[in-house]
Amino acid sequence: MFYREAGQYKSNYKADMAIFPLREDKIGIGVIILAAYSLAFLGDSFLLQAVMIPFLVFSLAAIGLNILTGYAGLLSLGTGAFMGVGAYACYKLMTAFPDVNVIVWIFVSGFFSAAIGALFGLPSLRIKGFYLAVATLAAQFFLQWCFIRIPWLVNYNVSGALDAPLRTLFGVPIIGATATPQTRYLVVLTIVVVLTWLASNLVHGRIGRAWIAIRDMDLAAELMGIRPLQTKLLAFAVSSYYCGVAGALLVFLWYGGAEYDVFNINQSFFILFMVIIGGLGSLIGSFFGAALIFIMPIVLGIVLPAMFSPFGISVGSDTIEHLRFMIVGALIIFFLIVEPHGLARLWQIGKQKLLVWPFPY
Amino acid sequence: MDILYKIFIEPFVFMGEAPDLLLQTLWEGLVSGVLYALIALGFVLIFKASGVFNFAQGIMVVFSALILVGLYEKGVPAFLALLLAVGAMLLLAMAVERVVLRPLVNQPDIILFMATFGLTYFLIGFGELIFGGSPKEMITDALYLPQGTTEVDLLGGMVRFQHLDIAAAVIASIMIGVLAVFFSKTRIGRALRAVADSHKAALSVGISLNQIWVIVWFAAGIVALVAGIMWGARSGVSFALQIIALKALPVLILGGFTSIPGAIIGGLIIGVGEKLGEFYWGPLVGGGIETWLAYVIALLFLLYRPQGLFGEKIIERI
Amino acid sequence: MRAPDNPVAVKDGVLLAVENVSLGFGGVKALTDVSFDIRKGEIRAIIGPNGAGKTSMLNCINGFYYPTEGSITFKGLKRPKMRPYEAARGGIARTFQNVALFKSMSTLDNIMAGRSLKMRSSFFWQLFRHGPAMTEEVAHRRVVEEIIDFLEIQHIRKTPVGRLPYGLQKRVELGRALAMEPDLLLLDEPMAGMNLEEKEDMSRFIFEVNQQFGTTIALIEHDMGVVMDLSDRVVVLEYGQKIADGTPDEVKSNQRVIDAYLGVAH
Repeated sequence: MFYREAGQYKSNYKADMAIFPLREDKIGIGVIILAAYSLAFLGDSFLLQAVMIPFLVFSLAAIGLNILTGYAGLLSLGTGAFMGVGAYACYKLMTAFPDVNVIVWIFVSGFFSAAIGALFGLPSLRIKGFYLAVATLAAQFFLQWCFIRIPWLVNYNVSGALDAPLRTLFGVPIIGATATPQTRYLVVLTIVVVLTWLASNLVHGRIGRAWIAIRDMDLAAELMGIRPLQTKLLAFAVSSYYCGVAGALLVFLWYGGAEYDVFNINQSFFILFMVIIGGLGSLIGSFFGAALIFIMPIVLGIVLPAMFSPFGISVGSDTIEHLRFMIVGALIIFFLIVEPHGLARLWQIGKQKLLVWPFPY
Repeated sequence: MDILYKIFIEPFVFMGEAPDLLLQTLWEGLVSGVLYALIALGFVLIFKASGVFNFAQGIMVVFSALILVGLYEKGVPAFLALLLAVGAMLLLAMAVERVVLRPLVNQPDIILFMATFGLTYFLIGFGELIFGGSPKEMITDALYLPQGTTEVDLLGGMVRFQHLDIAAAVIASIMIGVLAVFFSKTRIGRALRAVADSHKAALSVGISLNQIWVIVWFAAGIVALVAGIMWGARSGVSFALQIIALKALPVLILGGFTSIPGAIIGGLIIGVGEKLGEFYWGPLVGGGIETWLAYVIALLFLLYRPQGLFGEKIIERI
Repeated sequence: MRAPDNPVAVKDGVLLAVENVSLGFGGVKALTDVSFDIRKGEIRAIIGPNGAGKTSMLNCINGFYYPTEGSITFKGLKRPKMRPYEAARGGIARTFQNVALFKSMSTLDNIMAGRSLKMRSSFFWQLFRHGPAMTEEVAHRRVVEEIIDFLEIQHIRKTPVGRLPYGLQKRVELGRALAMEPDLLLLDEPMAGMNLEEKEDMSRFIFEVNQQFGTTIALIEHDMGVVMDLSDRVVVLEYGQKIADGTPDEVKSNQRVIDAYLGVAH
């Protein structure tokens, strides 16, 4: 009734090539963004700090990995390390140049992880598939070792951990102990919205087509003049840029400081799972995947104890952690079997159904 | 110049001055190499028969050892626990075939690869849920594994050989030998090689793929159990071992995914290379390079020879 | 769509010359001492029994393989060892024996991907999908729509190609190659597996591409009727060697060709 294609004619190619060609979709996306912003003023700080901020940060990292794995078809197990590069670069930059606004450094730190990502992407010209996945493990372990062994990265801090010094935007603290969840949420949300918009522009244009072409049929793409090395390296660079910014946000706007261990291989895996469950090659899927993988344990933590407490069984937090591993593992297999295109595909099917509702024939 | 001297001259001078230390390092490298090879062997078996790059092999190592130790702690006699652990690997093989492989048959390799990530996480969660997450001691005594050390006066110093390491090397060699005979001389071995060549052709001559998959995953499970016992005896049983188990991946890259001799030689190269690197060059950069050296060796090797030591040259067709 | 605008430097009307090309993989010889040329504006057929080395020949021409011996001269220049994308830049387009489309993309995007070489707008504008990037995108969309009209595939414009029937996939693949506005178009069995009607359509498209845009075409085809009707000259390969070269009529009456196809009585 309210979601129809009929009657919306495109009179030029530009309108036909819009990312959201349907008027209803444009309105929908506007409503979602508006709702996300109003949440800053409606939601309590637990919701913002424990759910929304990490959800957005992981979504951004998942978008990064999705560009590489979903669009360009290059499997990476080094996401955690690339996030770490962004976080450490941001820390160095904002402590070395405290006068420049930290927002600038958050965006700049992504370039460092982009460069490192492209460097570790070099072997992708010669190796594919699982071989490449193993090669990215080299990045994961090597970079993690650097985070531990190079005290310069944390300014010779005795604890070896990253801390979040006070930084402000327009006089309001956004990083540091005095920054409220509300302001941090607004900053993270804005960065994620802007970067998602840019990613969506990229994947819908020439560059996105080149990535998908390399993924679907690399030899044919090369015979059509798409240069494989440049295209793959660009995918590595852009992907790592997103992961790097996500890493900086994770440490400074969510945790407020962290050790090297948050960038370990399990982090890489969880981001990869978000991408698989959300949908390979779908930006909106990255949000769905992040929501499912990140929010599920929180829900489990609330639901399970409530379910078992009437029987006198207490469910500890480590049991929930174990269950989370099991459920995530089972979900991965389930999605690969039942819906390899992930939650994003279910979303699309839902929209198709809505288009013809209530008369499906 | 100083740094070049430290990288290219000093370690070798040191090796020459103290050959006993070199021998000790080589021996330790060989032993961990044998264990890497054993894990890599599990990968190769499964990859050959089902084309699945089984990322969960490393976890199967820990999982099987955890069942063994966990059951023993619950009061089951050691050898019964061993038997039950073998049974659990059979059950796992059947479950994997039924729940993962059968529904995903004919999917692209990379999808199956990712499914084994799911399996990895499921097994971690499941194992810890049942047996708890704290590290456990391997039941070395109860399984009558030798302990203690022999010190031998060699090359001007005392070189120590752990009895357990010797046993590990011997058992691993026997294991590899048995598998080699099994897969080259028996009917099932022939069927397996047929499946490795072409699923369709194998089906058309009446080989049951499902049966082969179960057998191969079971064999890989037993290899994992042996690796788990040996490794657990050296460094305790916990899922932290998975990081070490991942080292089998660079081994595979060196040896090629389909070659059993490749897995063995690759394992030895990585094991020895890693120990030498750590001992002689590690101090230059503050140590701890063991965590990544294997991957970097494999990566550099890949650039030079993408098909591995024993793989055939890849000719791309279109 | 228009004819290639850069004047092609050709000697005696020869666009591409293959001279004494041999190609071996280890011990296996795929091609042995093959020489022929392709003249500008003609339709050149390469025929031969299965395993004669026809596809290997095309692979050499577009830089996918590099001949172990001999040389290939394109547009009057002897070609160095090159990567396939460099051959594409030089103006060689190609379709494949087993359709090699980007199966998750729509017909439109597949053909748009064929325009990759012509698209120049910077990464910066791509990020914003605005200004030069959008102008360029619209301009190329216009060309792509012309190709879609030409090939009569308007109705499947936005369908992911993986869902299309085989005959249509082959047509989309031709469209993608045409989008490159090539000087030389290589078609590897464009009509394999098609029914009569589809073959007629495809023959018509190939003929029109050649006539209207003056594109030089080299094609491999097994259907002798099609080959004889369409092509200006035919080269025949057998076991990696050239056994005949000439007009369709000459080739048809060549005894070695008849032997190769029908077998020799010993």
